[in-house]
Amino acid sequence: MARIVVMGGGVSGHTSATFLKKWLGSSHEVIVVTPNSLWNWIPSNIWVGVGQMTKKDVTFALADVYKKAGIDYRQAKAISIHPEGDKELDKNFITIEYTGQGKEGSTEKVEYDYLINATGPKLNFAATEGFGDANGIGKHTVSVCTADHAEHAAAELKKVFEKAKTKKQKILVGTGHGMCTCQGAAFEYIFNIEHEAKRVGVRDNVDIKWISNESFLGDFGMGGMHLNVGGYTASSKIFAESLYSERKLDWIVGAHVNKIEKGKAHYELLDGTTGVEEFDFAMLIPPFAGVGLKAFDKKGEDITAKIFAPNGFMKVDANYNAGAYENWSASDWPRKLQNPDYGNMFAVGIAFAPPHTISKPMSSPNGTSITPTPPRTGMPSAMMGKAVAQSIVDMINGASEPTHTACMSEMGAACVASAGKGLFTGTAAAMTVYPVVPDFEKYPGTGRDINGTTGEIGLAGHWIKYLLHVGFLWKAKLRPGWTLIPE
Amino acid sequence: MAATKHMNHIQPYSAQSGTMIPTPFRKFLRTCVLWQIIRFIAINIKMTILILKSHH
Repeated sequence: MARIVVMGGGVSGHTSATFLKKWLGSSHEVIVVTPNSLWNWIPSNIWVGVGQMTKKDVTFALADVYKKAGIDYRQAKAISIHPEGDKELDKNFITIEYTGQGKEGSTEKVEYDYLINATGPKLNFAATEGFGDANGIGKHTVSVCTADHAEHAAAELKKVFEKAKTKKQKILVGTGHGMCTCQGAAFEYIFNIEHEAKRVGVRDNVDIKWISNESFLGDFGMGGMHLNVGGYTASSKIFAESLYSERKLDWIVGAHVNKIEKGKAHYELLDGTTGVEEFDFAMLIPPFAGVGLKAFDKKGEDITAKIFAPNGFMKVDANYNAGAYENWSASDWPRKLQNPDYGNMFAVGIAFAPPHTISKPMSSPNGTSITPTPPRTGMPSAMMGKAVAQSIVDMINGASEPTHTACMSEMGAACVASAGKGLFTGTAAAMTVYPVVPDFEKYPGTGRDINGTTGEIGLAGHWIKYLLHVGFLWKAKLRPGWTLIPE
Repeated sequence: MAATKHMNHIQPYSAQSGTMIPTPFRKFLRTCVLWQIIRFIAINIKMTILILKSHH
């Protein structure tokens, strides 16, 4: 009997664990270690953040689902990996510290035959002065990164809308550091705020502004994309600027927010100039980092730097020595998601260390890096989780190496970005991009298949976004037919 | 004047004036239920093709 331990119960970890259990049945053991008691469909946190949904609508308890599936669920956080065992234990294991199930604070060694790192990110609010600390978000801004954050954001937004009935209010949305990712979530949030402000009748009294580390609007951490529209192949910059202009949203791009105070965001721009943006309400996405796992060899020597990149994400079969932007290639991106030193360890979703950014690295004359880091959430994240699960099943059955791949330069992504909720009044930008990481050798000029890279905004997009909400919660709860819903 | 009413908020030489602004008809289509049903089908077909191309 093989034992597979999955660290993390988010989109990628949950996908891995549930497919592993389905394919392996009761003859092998699947353990999920996650500090959370709830599963969260994060894309719908946007609607929680504007008060159109509640935390209950976007979460469910993991324990019941895992019990039904026969998955061993440990509500705990992983602390360290011991891929060679230690002096006492001759088998590879991880150490965990419980955060629930009545065992809070107690630690345990969990042995494994295969390990999947799907821990997701640490929300690194501490990277920006005044933004937060090791305990999380500070008191001056809000976030929609978790369901709890989003509920708090909705409550604060409601207060601002109330004040806007009598006094002009300033709203700032975007990224809170020069190395952030997830611009898409902030993009959705700013448009949902604008939509809600109109709905409650205060739009004329709120100034809404975007601030981000993208060098141009529509970069999204993917170096932008080109779409075929009206007989032209045009940059996403054109479409993003069009959307912001149409909705009367101002923007600041190429910004590294370096300090947050009450009602003020200080920033430095790519041209080296600095500025301060005042706000009554601000939702800024924090930068992501690895969750801080340590690794030790058999002798107890710290091998964290061997297993993890400096940003805390796990090294896999990527080319980490690509060097300058001019040398980058689509083949730098990992395919098997397998750790090069320990073949029974994999990393999926946000937890794997990308070889480099997708957007061209940029810095200010002062040397401050202002470059979006690569998005690897949503559809690509789930596809990685499934591919690694398939590989592990085959390896248990005798394959000598991973049999399935999920490479971001070979896969596409469907992204539906809400611009307002409403059965007949809502809209969303429905985009497809293929591949996620541009391949300039295969697709000269734009780096992507322009027939597979599309985008349009409308009510149909909103319907799809809502169906994704219903469908993915159904799938994650393992309800009848869940395997038929694609990643 | 009437033909450009939807651009009332755009100031000359501002960042907003350098991009394209949808016409009222284009905006109407975005929430026109009949047209959006057609787009719903089209987008779903596109996404299905994308998913099929992406699994290895």
